[in-house]
This record gives sequence, C-alpha cells and structure tokens, in this order.
Amino acid sequence: MNQMKNSHIAGITGLLLFIALALHLTGLAQWKDNVLIVSSLFAGYFIAIKAFKALRMKAFSIELLVTIAVIGALIIGEYVESAVVTFLFIFGAYLESRTLEKTRSSLRELIDQTPTEATVIRPEGHIKVPVEEVIKGDRVLVRSGEKIAVDGAIVSGQALIIEAAITGESVPASKSAGDRVFSGTILDNGYIEITADRVGDDTTFAKIIEMVEEAQESKTKTQKFLDRFAQIYTPAIVILSVLVYAVSRNVELALTFLVIACPGALVISAPVSMVAGIGNGARNGVLVKGGEIMEKLSKIDLVIFDKTGTLTKGKPEVTEVKSWGLEENALLRIVAEAEKVSEHHLGQTIVNEARKRELTLEHEPQGVEIIKGGGMVATVAGQHLAIGNRKLMADQGVTIAEEVDAYAVAREKAGNTAVLIAIDKRLAGIISIADQIKPEAQAAIAQLRNAGVKQTIMLTGDNRHTAQLVGKELGLDAVHAELLPQDKVKWVNDFKSQGYRVAMVGDGINDAPALATADVGLAMGVGGTDISMETADIVLMSDRLDQFAHAYSLAKATVRNMQQNTIVAVGTVIFLLAGVLLGKIFLASGMLVHELSVLLVTLNAVRLIRYRARGKAQLDAQGTTTRDTSCQAA
Amino acid sequence: MQKVVFNMEPFTCPSCVKKIENTIGRIDGVNEIKVMFNSGRVRAEFDSSKTNADVLENTIIKLGYPVLSKKVS
Repeated sequence: MNQMKNSHIAGITGLLLFIALALHLTGLAQWKDNVLIVSSLFAGYFIAIKAFKALRMKAFSIELLVTIAVIGALIIGEYVESAVVTFLFIFGAYLESRTLEKTRSSLRELIDQTPTEATVIRPEGHIKVPVEEVIKGDRVLVRSGEKIAVDGAIVSGQALIIEAAITGESVPASKSAGDRVFSGTILDNGYIEITADRVGDDTTFAKIIEMVEEAQESKTKTQKFLDRFAQIYTPAIVILSVLVYAVSRNVELALTFLVIACPGALVISAPVSMVAGIGNGARNGVLVKGGEIMEKLSKIDLVIFDKTGTLTKGKPEVTEVKSWGLEENALLRIVAEAEKVSEHHLGQTIVNEARKRELTLEHEPQGVEIIKGGGMVATVAGQHLAIGNRKLMADQGVTIAEEVDAYAVAREKAGNTAVLIAIDKRLAGIISIADQIKPEAQAAIAQLRNAGVKQTIMLTGDNRHTAQLVGKELGLDAVHAELLPQDKVKWVNDFKSQGYRVAMVGDGINDAPALATADVGLAMGVGGTDISMETADIVLMSDRLDQFAHAYSLAKATVRNMQQNTIVAVGTVIFLLAGVLLGKIFLASGMLVHELSVLLVTLNAVRLIRYRARGKAQLDAQGTTTRDTSCQAA
Repeated sequence: MQKVVFNMEPFTCPSCVKKIENTIGRIDGVNEIKVMFNSGRVRAEFDSSKTNADVLENTIIKLGYPVLSKKVS
C-alpha cells in the first residue's frame, strides 16, 4: 500500500469528498462526517508514513507538520478542514511533480538521447555491444538510422549526420573520411566506420549533460536569498504556532500556522525559472554554465566580437581568379600545383578551390622555396612561378603595370587578400581570397540591438582594411584592428572601467584571456573542444551567431520570469500571514492558496521551455518574403 | 573508488536534497554524494571495500524515495 501513486490517492480522496458533498446536500450530516473522517485518515496515512520515515532518519519534514495539523483538526472535530487539507496536499504534490517534470524536460530529453549500444568490428566479426563495453581505439560501424555511440574520426565511408544533440542544428551535416563525429548524433543516411577516441563519460555529449546538470543545480543570488529566507521561515512559523497556542489557546489558529509553514513557492520559484531557461538553451545548442551567468548575460549592454571565425566564416575562399594571358582555370591549376606542398592557409585555399573546380593536379613542383613574409617560388612543368605579395614581385624583379596594381588595390579595398602570380618573371594573374561574413551575422546583431545591447565592437588581430570593411558592412559601433591577445584584454578592461557590462564572443582558444576578463565570455563554433568548454561561461555549440542572439533574449526572459516568480512567492507569504492573522484563512483555504502559488510559479516557468525570441521570428518572416520576391523577379 | 548514479522519481521539495545528502554522507566509505534536485539524479563516489551501491540504494529507498534505475562505473 506504501507504493500507491499520489494520483490514485488523490483520485480516491477526491471522490470521497464529492460523496461527502452529496451527503451534505441531502442532509445526511452524520454520514457526511463519517465519509470525511475516512477520507482524512486514508490520505493522512500516506502523509504520516513519509513523515515517519523522515523522522526515523532524524530528519524534519513538512509532512510532519501536516500530519500534526490533520490529527489536531480531527480531534477538534473540523472534519471538512482535515479532509480538504489532506486531499489538497496530495493532489498538489501530484500536480507539482507533473509540472516540475515539464520544466526539466529539456535535460531529460537530452539524457534520453544517450546511446545505449554500438556495433564494433572485432577479430571475431561485427558485434553489437552495450556502449559501456566499447573501448578507446575500437573500430565502430554505424549505418543509416543508427545513433553514433562514441566520439571519433571517420576512417571510411560518408554520411549525412544530424547533430542536433550537440549543436542544436537540425539540418544534417555531410561528413566523410577524416571528419570528426560525436556521440549522441544520429546518422541520417549513409554508412561510416569510425575509430573511437573518446568513449563513455569522456564524450562531448556526456560532458554537455554533466555541464547542464551542474548549471541547473548552481544557485543564483536571488535563489540563495530565498533559500535562507525559507530556512528561517519554516521554524519561525512553527514557533509562532506554538506561541499562539500557548498565549491564546486558539487551537484552530495554531493548526493553520502549521499548514502554511511549508515554504513551497518560496524555495521553488527561482530555481524552476532557471532550470527551464538553461534547459531551453541546451536544446538550442547554447550551454549556459549556471544561473549566475544567466543573470549576468541578461544585463550585458556591450558586446565585443572577435572577427575571424566569429563574425566571418573563418575559412577563406577564393572570390575571383583574374588572369592576363592564360586561361583562368589553367592559371589556377598551375598555381595550385605549386601550392600543393605549401602549408600556408592561403595556399591551401587555392588548392581547395582547384579541387572544387575538379582540376587535376598532376605536376609536382620543383625547387620550392618559401619566402617568409613574401610568398613562394617554384618550378612547375618547366615554368618558373612566383606567388605572393608585391614585395615578392619586387624582389623577383617583376614589374607591376599600373592597371594591374589598380585592380589589386580595388580587390583589397573590397576585403580581399590579393595573391599576385608571376610566370617566368612576367605578371600573369591575381587570385583574390576573402574570409566571408557569416550570412546570419547582420540579423543576429540587429536582434541583439533590439533586445537591449547598446554597443557592438569588433576586436581583431587582422589588418585594418579588412577589419573596417567587415565593421562597416555589419554596422558595428567601433572596430579595433591589428591587436595581440593581450591588447584585447586591455580593451575589455577599458570598456569595463567605462561602466559597461561586457560580453566577449570569440573562439575560445586564441581569445581565452579576453573571454575570462569579460563579464561574460562566450566561445563559439567549437563543436566540442575541451579547452573552450572549460574557459567560457557560455558555449555556443554550433558556428552560428543567431544562437548568441537567442541566448541573450533567453537570459532576459529567464530573469524576468524569475522576478515574476519571486514576487508571487513573497506575495503569497504576506497574503497568507495577513489572512491567517485577520482570521480569513483557515486550514483548507491556507493549503489551497499554498498549492495554487506553487502551481502558478511552476506553470509560469514552463512557458520558458518553448521560448523563442520574438525578434527572431520576425526576421525569419522577413527572410521568407524577400526570398519570395526574388523568385517572382526571376 | 567506484561511482554510482541513481535515477530517481522527480523530487518535489528541495528539503529532500539535504535529507538524502546527510544520510548517505554518514555511511562509512562514502566519499562524495551529490543530489541533483533538478535532474532527479543522485551521484555518489564510494570505497568499494567498505560499502556498495546496493547499501546506498536501500538507504535511499528507506528514506522514502523510490530509485528507478542505477548505473555503477
């Protein structure tokens, strides 16, 4: 009988109360009292059992107070009160656990996505094993529709992978040999074999869960205050109850005090909002490391962005190939053949572009010489190549015609790096390379401004030209270029001393010192690197800036929600105390007000689970309309 | 040193946390105990030569909190 569910107990007592009401209406008062007593004893039994269990472990509990109050009410013959109090207490507990479960559903959903088994390739063949038995170094095989159970690199095969569990991004990502995949993600379509390098609790997915769990347990200042208040509140009310009885011999008043002694809404009001808010973030790929940080983020009024990889894609791309004499692709091919051996990122970009255009790179470069701060020279298929900047051309004795120079300057002003190419000492072409601005950056910055950010600043190690161009395009308030990591820290401190509350968004590795200095440090686009997950206050799991905009609006909404709940909780306490002292509130009504307040704060918090920033919805709508018009135009 | 995680029925009152933490913490061999109120989980670290996961589980049940599942590692 101990195992009976609250829902059933509440159902039965509810029915008994209904019968009692019917008996009351038909005038069978004696029968009515009997039914009420049975109902009180039945529900009271379960409350008393809990009280007793806690007492046996020398622990004080709210159930104990309610049990005493119910016994007291039965003794003085207040059967209606005792029956209603027990019913409300149990029914309330049932409703609370149902709604509380909702506020925690985001994390629960995440935990439920934990993989349970994996197919490993062992000497004895392909075998399915529980995920705990997979060891580091195992070769794991994943087919369509299966969940990836380890972190590792793809050895062979290719697939479309849904990484929502890690990045919050629902569009599948295409991955092939060499790419990293994560535990908890789902293989939508394809077939891959991976070498496991992190298993079990070491996987990014397991770490995310642990981090969110800890974040949800962490306490904000408001929460600590309310906890302290509750710690004093309960004993104070119990003492008050004893005093009232000692002085006035008013049993009813004393018992009522016992019923309202439970701090319910007080202790739960702030945490439910935080849990729901942090959960919402986690589901959208934003890991907020605690309630305190959520509060700080909501107060931010100045945002500093790093450029490369934060505002821009961080992957330079060839934007134009200009050739004088040779055919465009022929020039690209010969340059790519020379750059094959180069480790410079611009060289790699050129090789990638040649591969993208499906050019076959057959010749091996001879006599390669890398010139620091200039470029490279090499001989390919009997032709002498010099690839690099103006300084290299001058060193090589290549003359740059006026119109060629004008073209190079124009490309540079448009935000490109111009790579000059000379074949056999004659200038043959220019390849423009640029790191493009992320498509969602503009909308995300607009959304941040709408939500209350006053200043947006860019700090970058990159050159002045490119930096200013990006800043202008995005409408940033200020741009500071050619900075070293320690210069960024200095800027952050400057802004802080000017009274701004500063958030810094960077990549978490190069920007780690600045992230740590800012009021809130956000690392983005890290998809699971340990360092940035540890140093940043907030981790944006995917590469997208709109996640940051969402996080900011979410933080504001969460803090607002928490304030509303605190007001409800404190208001309820004042209301109850006043009501009891004025003799307007008795056992049953006291319990009713108490349960209602708990439900109210929980339901208010549940709203946060589905929270989407309003600005974002509008921008999305605008996006679709513009697309529509362009379709019509076409 | 062994680790165990218990999945619990959702906690409804934060005072449960202290109750469980104090009681389990007093068991000889238990090194660390953390009740995660919001995720409904209990994490403990213990010396397997002095106590075991079943002892902890039974104590939690006796306190009046049903354990749904446990994972020892």
